[in-house]
Amino acid sequence: MFDSLQDRLGSILNGLTGRGALSEKDVSAALREVRRALLEADVALEVVREFTERVRAKAVGAEVLKSIKPGQMVVKIVHDELIETLGSEGVSIDLNAPAPVTLMMVGLQGSGKTTTTGKIAKRLKDKQRKKVLMASLDTRRPAAQEQLKVLGEQTQVDTLPIIAGQGPVEIAVRAEQAARLGGYDVVILDTAGRTHIDEPLMVEMANIKVRTKPHEILLVADSLTGQDAVNLARSFDERVGVTGIVLTRVDGDGRGGAALSMRAVTGKPIKLIGVGEKMDALEDFHPSRIADRILGMGDIVSLVEKAAENIDAEKAAAMAKKMQAGKFDLNDLADQIRQMQTMGGMGGMMGLMPGMGKMKDQMASAGLDDKMLKRQLAIIGSMTPKERSQPDILKHSRKKRIAAGSGTNSAEINKLLKMHRQMADLMKTMGKKGKGGMMKQMMGGLAGKMGMGGLGGGMPGGMGGMPDLSKMDPKQIEAMAKAMQQGGGAPGMPNMPPGIGGPGGLPGLPGSGGGVPGLPGLPGKKK
Amino acid sequence: MTDAPEETPRAEETPPVSTDETGSPAPVKSAGHPTSVPEAGEHHPQPVESPDEPEFLRSDAVEDDQADDSDFSWLDSDLPPDEDEDAPRSSAVARDRPLPEVSDDAGFRLREEARREDQSVAAAPKLPWLQRLREALGRSSSNLTGSITSIFTKRRLDDDVLQDFEDVLIQADLGVETAMRITDRLSEGRYGKEISGSEVKRVLAEEIEKTLDPVAQPLELDLDKVPHVILVVGVNGTGKTTTIGKLAAKLTRAGISVTLAAGDTFRAAAVEQLKIWGERTNSEVVARQIGADAAGLAFDAYDVAVKNKSDVLIIDTAGRLQNKAELMAELEKIIRVLQKRDPDSPHTVLQTLDATTGQNAMNQVDIFRNVAGVNGLVMTKLDGTARGGILVAIGSKHKLPVYFVGVGEGIDDLEPFKAKDFANAIAGIEAERQGAAAS
Ligand SMILES: Nc1nc2c(ncn2[C@@H]2O[C@H](COP(=O)(O)OP(=O)(O)OP(=O)(O)O)[C@@H](O)[C@H]2O)c(=O)[nH]1
Ligand SMILES: [Mg+2]
Repeated sequence: MFDSLQDRLGSILNGLTGRGALSEKDVSAALREVRRALLEADVALEVVREFTERVRAKAVGAEVLKSIKPGQMVVKIVHDELIETLGSEGVSIDLNAPAPVTLMMVGLQGSGKTTTTGKIAKRLKDKQRKKVLMASLDTRRPAAQEQLKVLGEQTQVDTLPIIAGQGPVEIAVRAEQAARLGGYDVVILDTAGRTHIDEPLMVEMANIKVRTKPHEILLVADSLTGQDAVNLARSFDERVGVTGIVLTRVDGDGRGGAALSMRAVTGKPIKLIGVGEKMDALEDFHPSRIADRILGMGDIVSLVEKAAENIDAEKAAAMAKKMQAGKFDLNDLADQIRQMQTMGGMGGMMGLMPGMGKMKDQMASAGLDDKMLKRQLAIIGSMTPKERSQPDILKHSRKKRIAAGSGTNSAEINKLLKMHRQMADLMKTMGKKGKGGMMKQMMGGLAGKMGMGGLGGGMPGGMGGMPDLSKMDPKQIEAMAKAMQQGGGAPGMPNMPPGIGGPGGLPGLPGSGGGVPGLPGLPGKKK
Repeated sequence: MTDAPEETPRAEETPPVSTDETGSPAPVKSAGHPTSVPEAGEHHPQPVESPDEPEFLRSDAVEDDQADDSDFSWLDSDLPPDEDEDAPRSSAVARDRPLPEVSDDAGFRLREEARREDQSVAAAPKLPWLQRLREALGRSSSNLTGSITSIFTKRRLDDDVLQDFEDVLIQADLGVETAMRITDRLSEGRYGKEISGSEVKRVLAEEIEKTLDPVAQPLELDLDKVPHVILVVGVNGTGKTTTIGKLAAKLTRAGISVTLAAGDTFRAAAVEQLKIWGERTNSEVVARQIGADAAGLAFDAYDVAVKNKSDVLIIDTAGRLQNKAELMAELEKIIRVLQKRDPDSPHTVLQTLDATTGQNAMNQVDIFRNVAGVNGLVMTKLDGTARGGILVAIGSKHKLPVYFVGVGEGIDDLEPFKAKDFANAIAGIEAERQGAAAS
């Protein structure tokens, strides 16, 4: 789906190696791709336009260093400019005012205001030892006030008692009084979500501001927002003057272009990001991580986190034991496939990896898609427990039954069995060699088997080796996709988990029980 | 920070699943191979496995049973019935009342009507919702209209114009690919020629409509056997619970009885939120305490719906990001458990998409469809300035029916999805006519 910008620029600018400086023409060609990459990442068009003009000004005539390619040079300039636009990190919530300091949360419906209110309160209480009072002014959405109350109980932060029938402004005023009388350091006002073209509600919001004079007004916005991000950010900012932005759902797999859009049109800092549903899933904002995502550089950090999150420690340990015993049955294979599937299937994983964009397309065109995963699971699912643990007993009549049950045919079943056999053999060999470097061997081994020499070299070294993929020539990738499809007669996909496998194969791999540290050779983020 | 003890556990932290996934007192089963539920009718369940291999039933109980049961037990048992045969283990009951009349503009219809309608001539009623939808969409497209008009008053169609046109589509969240596809279509046979603003709009509307028309379908309810189960899924905050409330209102008003299941057992006050919608729509809400197993709740709710003789069971679920494997697996489990009651359920898996979401909405559909078998969409929050253009790309890729659009927070703010209105509004055609009428 998304090629990394580097991939794209590579194909446009690779011919330019050796020239001294970037010409106007080179830059223009590159900027077309930059534009597209930004738009695919949901950066608003008007922001893209300004941004590319700024890049143009910096790039034309820029010296291309000897050791790097012009494409990389442009990516670097774009990257630096992105980070600069996104703003510096570590702008925290400002509490530098007489107590009680009022924070007001505003935003569209469903953007995450209430959850964020709870998170900020908890953070201030735990990390800054502040006495915090939360008040919900959302009298419109059913049970919204109740929701904040429950969050208060969970985080042990006080909430303003609910009085039925009061309007938002009244509640806000009451919260202020309660905070003053109760000796609170901070009072957080959680307002109802509103559409910025809903005039009466925008007026209401402005009234709340006038009556409570908040020290901080935080715009809470979904990082998955599309082009509308500029409209909403501008409207809220014009109306009440936001002092900062909190981006939510950054733990999703969106490219996060809305961050750039909102920052660019308001000039207001992104203060915090929400990275999960738990009350402690709130982090400081790091422009470089978002910049990498927007550029489709593959956020290695989030890839690793994702893999770690998906590793079921118990299963991994059980798998390790089985492997040592040389046992890898169809249940295990099904586990692997399922892990892969739930991690977002082929698409989800590939999208996160740098340089995988092209390969994804190749694989899709070779029919190596998520449907195949589903069919493979259906086949295994139609087997009896005994058949799954002892695939050897699968003879003709059983295969016929399984084919009927899973809506497949015996050729597909045979392919699956063959692939399983190969994997099981490999596991057996590795089981004997002990734990150390098992994953490396497995990957290398499978890659070799599947004729994936190039990949085998890149992957087993850990994910840090992956960016090499982006330099692979398309023919190689094509050959690889082919190899995977036919590779030793094995059908493509399910080779993926262990093979290409970093991601798909990680879950359940021995030694990975502890999560990330178990990934051999993983050098963390590498640029 | 480690998990705060006071927080509600979510999928990854829930205690190990008992052999009975439903978490409710359930009929005794042999390990890994659920037997039929007691009320099997004349169709006795036919095990998939051939009868000459009885040992498989128990062979696995000793080693491996854990992994097996939690993963695939549902699959080893009876496969979904062949096409047109009656579901062997279904607990669904035949509806014993006459079917209600549903008006043509309801946005849903009964399977029965669908059959009838084939012969009848569809009326084209003038409806209040149409006006509302137009207003909502018209407002959101005013920007777009402005751009197109200004670009295209008597101009030759050249690359610059096409680029501007593509930009306009991109701003509506159609995405670069789709915008280019439509732009190409516009340039075909027209490149270099004079073209008027209204012609451009027409081409745009036609293209969008062409993609969306096949997916603009009413929600079809099969009430021959009830309850018809609707599972509502989607990313956090996209409007699941609100949509359920609005849909329940639509159905109950049409004389279709509804039971609601508060399957969001995670988010604070999610149960209370749905309960309020239950009161508003006179529908029973089946709920458990926060932190309870959602699949178990769905299972119970099914039985309550049967007991209530409800026509429709709508199950709310906790919002989840599509890239969270464990949470997505929880949806699979809900479905699996429901299928123990009725192999055809959930009949409808409805996904809510927020119109303000950008290109990620495509990912959302890709994965929810893959994991939870989504077979229908609702686009919410079209009452803002977001245009929801990603729906065009989703429509052309997935061909999933889009049943409704959400145009506000009120109980009546759920409209049937109409491709032409949506397309015209994006193209600015309706907005213009309205503007002309106003002046
Ligand atoms: N303007 C507008 N707001 C909507 C619409 N649909 C839902 N909302 C609002 O969006 C917010 C989130 O809606 P919910 O129904 O709670 O969303 P949900 O998907 O159930 O959320 P979670 O259960 O928290 O994941 C609420 O404030 C709703 O009132 C719509 O069509 N238009
Ligand atoms: Mg909800």
